[in-house]
Amino acid sequence: MRCKLIALVMMFYGSIAVAADEQAVAENYADLAHAVFADALITAQQLQTATDALLASPSEQSLQAAKTAWKQARVPYQQSEVFRFGNSVVDDWEGQLNAWPLDEGLIDYVASDYSFELGNEGAQLNIISRTEVNMGGEVIDMSTLTPELLASLNELAGSEANVATGYHAVEFLLWGQDLNGTNAGAGGRSYTDYMAADACTGGNCDRRSDYLRAVTQLLVDDLVYMVNEWAPGKQDNYRSKLLASDSQEVLDIMLFGMGSLALGELAGERLKVSLEANSPEDEHDCFSDNTHNSHFYNAQGIFNVYMGSYTRVNGEQVSGPSIADLVTAKSPETAASVKAAFELTAQRLQIMVDRAESSESAMKYDQMIAEGNAEGNKIIRDSILALVAETRAIEAAARVINVSNLQPDTAGHEF
Amino acid sequence: MWCYVRAAIFTVMATALLACSGVDDSAKIMPASVNSAAPSVVATPIKHRLAQPDQQMPLMEQVDFAVGRSFFRNPWVEAPSATSARDGLGPLFNAISCASCHVSSARGMAAVEGQSLLHYVVRLSVPGDKGADKAGFIPEPNYGGQLQNQAVGDVLPEGRAIIHYREKIRRLANDESVVLQQPSVALDRLAYGEMVTDVRSSVRLAPVLTGLGLLEAVPEQQLLEWADEGDGNGDGISGRANLVWDIESQQQKIGRFGWKAEQPSVRQQTAGAFHADLGISSGLIKRENCTAIEVTCQQAEHGGMPEISDKLLDHVTFYTANLAVPESGVQQDGGADTGQSLFDTAGCQKCHRPRLHAGESKYPWLSNRTIYPYTDLLLHDMGDELADNRAVFGASGREWRTAPLWGIGVAKKIAPGVGFLHDGRARNVLEAILWHGGEAQQSRVIVEQMTSDERSELLRFVESL
Repeated sequence: MRCKLIALVMMFYGSIAVAADEQAVAENYADLAHAVFADALITAQQLQTATDALLASPSEQSLQAAKTAWKQARVPYQQSEVFRFGNSVVDDWEGQLNAWPLDEGLIDYVASDYSFELGNEGAQLNIISRTEVNMGGEVIDMSTLTPELLASLNELAGSEANVATGYHAVEFLLWGQDLNGTNAGAGGRSYTDYMAADACTGGNCDRRSDYLRAVTQLLVDDLVYMVNEWAPGKQDNYRSKLLASDSQEVLDIMLFGMGSLALGELAGERLKVSLEANSPEDEHDCFSDNTHNSHFYNAQGIFNVYMGSYTRVNGEQVSGPSIADLVTAKSPETAASVKAAFELTAQRLQIMVDRAESSESAMKYDQMIAEGNAEGNKIIRDSILALVAETRAIEAAARVINVSNLQPDTAGHEF
Repeated sequence: MWCYVRAAIFTVMATALLACSGVDDSAKIMPASVNSAAPSVVATPIKHRLAQPDQQMPLMEQVDFAVGRSFFRNPWVEAPSATSARDGLGPLFNAISCASCHVSSARGMAAVEGQSLLHYVVRLSVPGDKGADKAGFIPEPNYGGQLQNQAVGDVLPEGRAIIHYREKIRRLANDESVVLQQPSVALDRLAYGEMVTDVRSSVRLAPVLTGLGLLEAVPEQQLLEWADEGDGNGDGISGRANLVWDIESQQQKIGRFGWKAEQPSVRQQTAGAFHADLGISSGLIKRENCTAIEVTCQQAEHGGMPEISDKLLDHVTFYTANLAVPESGVQQDGGADTGQSLFDTAGCQKCHRPRLHAGESKYPWLSNRTIYPYTDLLLHDMGDELADNRAVFGASGREWRTAPLWGIGVAKKIAPGVGFLHDGRARNVLEAILWHGGEAQQSRVIVEQMTSDERSELLRFVESL
């Protein structure tokens, strides 16, 4: 008991000495969030321009351009996910943008051997093919596909697999189902799925076009909202409330978010689950085979928060006081080992990216997870081990700056 | 939306502080946050409170915990399927995932009057013990050991169970009263003929899964010490252990899990639930749950054999065994709590044994801890009103295992509609107490005679455990 009292006194004493710095770290954290969500918005608007061009003039080229824009939009968004854990304003909002896996038969046509959640009434609904639906006596008018309507169809009939909106819905509309299992190849949707009249494939091209238009609009609208929540100089947004709280609490949230994404989410749910299941259903970007990039930029986002810096999509550098600075001031040795842990993760995930994008013999993430693929399995296992070591390093960093409780308790706080 | 409902797995604690204060089992005054000598305590958003890993778990294992949770939460699908890791659901089943009934990894919701049972199963058997040495009961010939209300493809569901309630009034001291609801269950739409006339059925609500690995690590000897089969000490309480069949070791062991302590290990409990509730075969229970008359069930497509690999069964077992105990609001062994004194006055602690010691666990971080589960894991006669008249192994139709009370207050905060007791008839802790009979009759009477202030104190105490 006595030891504990001493430790508390030391924490108190220490926190006064560096209070000013901690506030600056907290403000820079909010600046990073604002920049990364602003980039997510900019790239989503570019995606919207590209999908509009596809719909105005469907061709192999315009479809490819839209796919490229989608992949570019994922770069900042995946780096934003580190802000999700600990910040309820993000966590409560992100389902509409990034929910997966989805029963894609809810949205459009699927292959006859498509598997879905049994008892999910929405799993084979095919919203694009019909103008109304009767769900347990309630008739939903779907004649006009609006952003609001699509948002309301999420979790239809109570099933979480009913995902009507977000990046993965757009991904499905651009790529289509990946029918290659753990073999090479992504989804193979043709641009003719967006052609008019007789040239239309897959049926209902007009409604498919309306769907793509509405779901992209919703994505843009949602990102506008989140940019505002983190914008400086506003009275009542999330940023102002967060920064009005004790900066020690913001540090808790930062470290909690980093560790949560690194360990439970990325190493656990996204890497190890798919490796153990050997199943492309557990792959994050399963239609586009862009999963390696999703993982890479998730990890980059964690590193960004630690270093207090972020490279924007236009190349501009956002940078300021960081947790790394606080740790360095107290223990340069710890700071060096923490940085090394982050760099190891980046290296390991770079191997995953390079292998997935190799021009001679690409091995995509859905091939890496195949049972018996020793090389692919090892790439994933090595990444998991690096993320676990990184989490251990995050804990060490937290101890150095006296953050001992990485379970933020926001009870009583409005944010 | 599977990915956004999931809780963050990342528990880091003030290990330095704990190491400093030491693990002092004899301490009389300890802050709640470090009670029970380095317990599994968590402080996370309420909706995820019961789905957290044990706080002592090393980081590498927390990754495995996430894998277990994924297979606990995500739905299984009909075979054959591209998602071969998760196919094999049915042919007959009650739920598509563990989380369908164990909502947020917690207990199931109480059924509504006149509705088909959702977070429940109905167990079936016929009287007698010939050939029941390994299953613990003789299954109903046409329907087996459990009524499955769902099925894949052309297979007909076995039937459904509808619950009806009848009001029952309990008078308390000072002219207070409580209206209880006494359930009865009607089986209808039976697809495989009449059931035998002396069929025994028992409705079971999905129980809470807190701290199972710790309970598994309590040495048998410690449970037997507490047993008092002939009521040798004359206190009206005669706890006894249920001796059940352990498939893995092929011998009898003390049952610890399930409403009648009919399962000896978390792994067998998990395999049993996959088999009976989801229709998923495993290395431990290799067959599908089809009876001789259920031919379409036998002929339906399988998801390989076993349908859940040993590796994945171990992951789900790992998850289930390592769910952390929520932080207690009680100063254990503090002795100054009015509610606790009332708990003792009523004799609740004679079965709801506050303190046990977990010995060696196959999960090293769970080993050698003093724990406060408030159970003796033994069977007790709970009287006529709670009796299901369906025996399992040594447990008679009037006997139930003492339910652990740790974390009992959290479930209701997660979802107000959760049910208590084996069939969920109690809507809150007070109702659960008022249903106690048999060996617990005397304790119930004491609670009924308390002043309302005393009862409030008692309930506050129980809900803070």
